[in-house]
This record gives sequence, C-alpha cells and structure tokens, in this order.
Amino acid sequence: MDFGNILSLALGEIVTPTTAAYALAALGLAVHFGYSGLLNFGQAGFMAVGAYGFAISTLTFKVPFVVGFLIALLCAVIFGLLLGVPTLRLRADYLAIVTIAAAEIIRYIVTTNTLFRVTGSADGLSSFQREFDSFNPFPAGTYIFGWSNREFYVRVVSWVIVILCAVIVWLLMRSPWGRVLKGIREDENAVRSLGKNVYAYKMQALVIGGILGALAGLLFTLPRGSVQPANYATELTFFLWTVLLLGGMSTVLGPIVGAMIFWVVLSLTQNVLAGLIESGAITFLSIVQAGQLRFILVGVALMLLMVFRPQGVFGNKKELAFA
Amino acid sequence: MTTADDNIDYMTDSRAIAVGENLPGCKKRDPIVVADNVTRNFGGISAVDVEHLEIPRHKITALIGPNGAGKTTLFNLLTGFDTPNSGAWTFEGNNIAGVSSYKVARMGMVRTFQLTKVMGKLTVMENMRLGAANQPGERLSRALFKNIWGGREREITKQADGLLEKFKLDAKKDDYAASLSGGQRKLLEMARSLMVRPKLVMLDEPMAGVNPALTQSLLDHIKNLKAEGMTVLFVEHDMNMVRHIADWVVVMAEGRIVAEGPPGEVMKDPAVIDAYLGAHHDVDLGDAQGIRELEAELEADEESIVGTEDAGIIAPEVVEARLEEEEGK
Ligand SMILES: Nc1ncnc2c1ncn2[C@@H]1O[C@H](COP(=O)(O)OP(=O)(O)OP(=O)(O)O)[C@@H](O)[C@H]1O
Ligand SMILES: [Mg+2]
Repeated sequence: MDFGNILSLALGEIVTPTTAAYALAALGLAVHFGYSGLLNFGQAGFMAVGAYGFAISTLTFKVPFVVGFLIALLCAVIFGLLLGVPTLRLRADYLAIVTIAAAEIIRYIVTTNTLFRVTGSADGLSSFQREFDSFNPFPAGTYIFGWSNREFYVRVVSWVIVILCAVIVWLLMRSPWGRVLKGIREDENAVRSLGKNVYAYKMQALVIGGILGALAGLLFTLPRGSVQPANYATELTFFLWTVLLLGGMSTVLGPIVGAMIFWVVLSLTQNVLAGLIESGAITFLSIVQAGQLRFILVGVALMLLMVFRPQGVFGNKKELAFA
Repeated sequence: MTTADDNIDYMTDSRAIAVGENLPGCKKRDPIVVADNVTRNFGGISAVDVEHLEIPRHKITALIGPNGAGKTTLFNLLTGFDTPNSGAWTFEGNNIAGVSSYKVARMGMVRTFQLTKVMGKLTVMENMRLGAANQPGERLSRALFKNIWGGREREITKQADGLLEKFKLDAKKDDYAASLSGGQRKLLEMARSLMVRPKLVMLDEPMAGVNPALTQSLLDHIKNLKAEGMTVLFVEHDMNMVRHIADWVVVMAEGRIVAEGPPGEVMKDPAVIDAYLGAHHDVDLGDAQGIRELEAELEADEESIVGTEDAGIIAPEVVEARLEEEEGK
C-alpha cells in the first residue's frame, strides 16, 4: 500500500471544485438554518435549478455564458420565492417538508422522457461549458499538483467564488440585518413585537441561501461539463447537512472546512480500504462494497461528532450550552 | 393635540381622566386606544368580550383581573398577535384592526409577553440593539456598508447602555441572554421594548419574579416613562404595585370589563371584589380593617385559599404591609 499516494490523493480533495461546491451549498444552508432557523431539506434542488438553469439556457436557447449564469441565479430566486410564499408564514417544519418535496419534483421533472430534448432525461446534458473554458487565462502546462491548465483554472474560479461568497455572508451576518435574522432564529414573535417584518427577512434569507445553492450547482457541473439528475438526489442534501454539522452551523468558516474534512475523510477511507483489499489484508469486502462502506463510516463519524463535539469544528461551545 | 397640552407636566397632571362617571367602558378625555366590540372565542369559551374600552393617553393604566380573565388574550388581539372573532380598534385615531403585529409595533404600540421572550443565543446587548428602530443597516441593501449604519449603531448602543444601567443589567451586557435568570429576562424584555421608544408600552406582568428591592426602583422608572410622554398599560396581579403607580385601573373578569376607575375607588368596587373572591362582597380590598375581617371569614370557609400558601395577592400580609406603610407616611 502506497501511503504517500493515498495521502496526496486525500489532500488533493481539499481544493477540488466539488469540495468548493459542497462548501458553497453548505454555506447556503448555514444562512438558512444556522443564522435564520429555516429548515431547508432541498438544497440539492437549488443546486439542480442552478445547474439546469444554466445548461438549458446555454444549449436550448444559445445564450452567452454571462446571460446563462444570470438566468441560473434568477431561477434560484424564483424557486426560493415559490417555496417561501406559502410556507414562511407557517411553522418551521412546513418549509422542511415543502423543500424536500420540491427538490424531488425538480429531479423527476428533469428525468421525464417527455422533456428529453430539453433536459436530456436521465442522461442529462453536456457540452455547455465551452464558453466558460474559453475564458481560461492560464496557458497549457502543468500547475502545482500536476494539474492541467483547465484543472487549475476551474479550481481558481471555484475558490475565488467561495471566498467571495464567504466574505459577503460574513459581512451580512455581522450587520444589523444579520442580527435581525439571528433574532428570528431565536424567537420570531419577539422580533415581530419589535416592529420587524419577519416574513420579509425570512424570504430574503431563503433566497440568498438558495442563490448560494445555485452557484454551488454551477461549480459542481461546469468542471464536469455535464449535469445529470442522479447527482442531485436527496442524499446530496444530507451530505450537505453533514458538512454543515461537521464545521459548525452558525459560522462562515464551518461549512468550508466541513466540506474539506468530508471529502478528505471519504478519500482516505476509500483508498485505505482499497489498498487493504488489494494487498489481501481484507478478504471479506469487494472494492464496490468498500465504496459503500465509507458512507456508512460517514454516518458513524457524524454520530460520534454529535456526541463528542456537537457544536462542530468551528461552532461555539458556549452557544450550545443553551440549545 | 392642542398647544396647551404640550406645556402640561404629565407627572402632575390631575385633570379628570374619564369624561363623566367612572363606569366600565367609559369615555376618556384623551384616549390613545379605543376598542369596540372586540370578541375572541376559543371553542365555545369567550375569552374576550369587550364592548367598549378606552386607554387614556399619558397615563399609567393597570389591567387587572383573576387568572383566565382574558387580559393576555386582549393584549394579543390589540397588538395583532391574535385575530378576533369580531371588533375594531384604533391607535391614535388610526384603525389598526387586522394590521400585522410588526406594523402595530412600528406605529409605536409595543408589547412584552407574559411568557418572557428573549433571544437566548444573542448577547444581552444584541437583544437590546435589536429593539431599536430606524437602523438603516437592517435593510439588506445597506447591510454591507458599515459606513451607512455605523453611526446609528453607536447611538443605539449608547441608548442601550443607559437602559441596561437603569435595569441593573449592565454587568450582564456581554453574556448570552439564555444565561439570565427568569427575573433578569423579564427586565431585559422590558428594557428592550423601551429601545423602540414606543408611544404606548404594554407590559404583561412585568414584575413577576423581580425581587422587591428592584421592583421599587423599576416602578419609579415606569412612572418616569410618563414624563417622557409615554403611555403605559400593564397587567399585574400585585395590588401594591397597582396602587403605587397606576393612574387608572381596568378590571376584567371572564372576558368582560367589569369595572374601571382610579385605584382607590376600584378596589372598593363590589364588582371587583366579586370577580376576585366570589361571594364575599362586603369588604374593601384597600383597607386593612376590611382585609382582616375578610381573613377571619375566609379562614372559616373551607373552599377559600386564604390562610394557605396560594393566597397570593389577597394574602392579608401582602395587603396589610403596604397599607401600614402608607398610614405611617
Ligand atoms: N390559545 C388558546 N387556546 C384556547 N384557549 C385559550 C387560548 N389562549 C387563552 N385561552 C383561554 O382564554 C381565557 C383567557 O386567557 P388569558 O391568557 O387571556 O388569561 P389572563 O387574564 O391573561 O390570565 P393570567 O392572569 O393567568 O395570565 C382562558 O380561559 C384560557 O384558557
Ligand atoms: Mg395572562
């Protein structure tokens, strides 16, 4: 077993565009749940809306990249409003139910064969990233970890977006606007009694977190050059919640570091198990089973985390004392 | 408002509050809230059934009545936290029936809750700041620019510091509100409602659980709110507090207004005694002699709570102590 290789593979995971996408989507969940108390179990839906919004407008309507990008964000805003209007006046649980259902609806719609010409059905869509690639300023060659210039380019773009969004969220949450959101998380009637329009604030938070989700959807698909419905199933949402809980809910760094830890651990367990199987140390597992086992390990790790460090890596222990 | 009114010292203003006789639902010289035919039923029981009620401006009005009389429900209705089965009411002449609660608060009618609501995972100071009105940084479009809202934030912080000091919470400023004791939370909630600079502040049992020494200074503070031009409406079970600061008392029982008037007068009202005590009419709750007689009578009565731990506001010790203090002065 080549530990050096396993380790460098794991470290490589820290900066992949997928990790960036998870970080950004989990940051959206932090805005929803960590700061505003909104239970969104459909973040995968927001990601799908962003990814398909971009892919469909680029392929079917042949719009330029920037327009497609804006359409993707606009779709997320509309999706957020659609979910928020009927539910945000009700108790928190209603939003949870509606979001989980809406995310599934999105996935079923893009999978139906009737819409094959637009959505590509189960095959999804591809080849919508050419214009994005044409912006690549880096000349061909190898960079840092032996990345090609495209690999380097998508990483730079992904992490610049993540850092930009993190800074914006941080600025928003330390502002009086963020204070109202945190107040709503604690007790919305008390905030109402002080003259704040709770419904409007919740809607703004839902839409902002949703936009982050849609951006994450773009970061997830652009480097791959393809978007498939299977990538946006409910388990994606739950991985994002895992990431959020890992890092700490009401923090900006939490979701980002949480995403890094999540992918490093997944990569380590996968490669260590594969190495053990190949070397014959483990005989009762196949490589495929090992791939499944690591998700079981993720679940176990999450349980241990909740028991021993429930506030997450960056969470504030003091806050939790009053949960 | 006339110009003459502007020169009035509200602390010593002794003009009559009611127009005409002090009957339940009577008209006021200068009402801030006027409610008509407000009813609220909970599956058959009529929790509130108020024909006519006016709250006098620039006065401290106490809303009293036995448990379940409908006081909190009336608060909820007037402030838009609950929807009535029927009724209309105005605040400073504006019809506000059906107006959402946050708009009511913005108009200057701010309430606190009987079951205290503090934002546990915010610090005491952040709780206070949240109360302030006109913070431009609370709009999403300005939130990113500290240069726009920083100045107002400093003003708010100064205002909050002053209030926290008055409410003896200054040492707790940077602690999470969740770490406060029950009484401290009551104080924080009340201080926070004052951050809004309301015209009418409605306090639901503000002194429940606050220690007597602090109560005294807070009562003075509430009295002083009047000097700042505020109107106060509060619910309270402690008759001493009611006598001490209320200019006017409204008594509710089973959802209705059963009596109204200045505190001294109301406590002698048979309808009030009836509401609190049932059968024992012939007694003056504001008189030590009357209380002693009642005690003797009630202790003989097996169904009565007097002489037991549950006596509460009608416990003779409570009433007498206060009365003796007054006589001594
Ligand atoms: N949400 C509700 N559902 C059903 N009944 C209610 C509800 N809220 C209040 N009630 C009923 O309405 C009546 C009035 O309640 P309310 O809370 O207004 O009393 P209160 O005068 O504030 O009493 P207390 O002095 O004990 O606080 C009570 O009989 C109560 O049981
Ligand atoms: Mg009550």
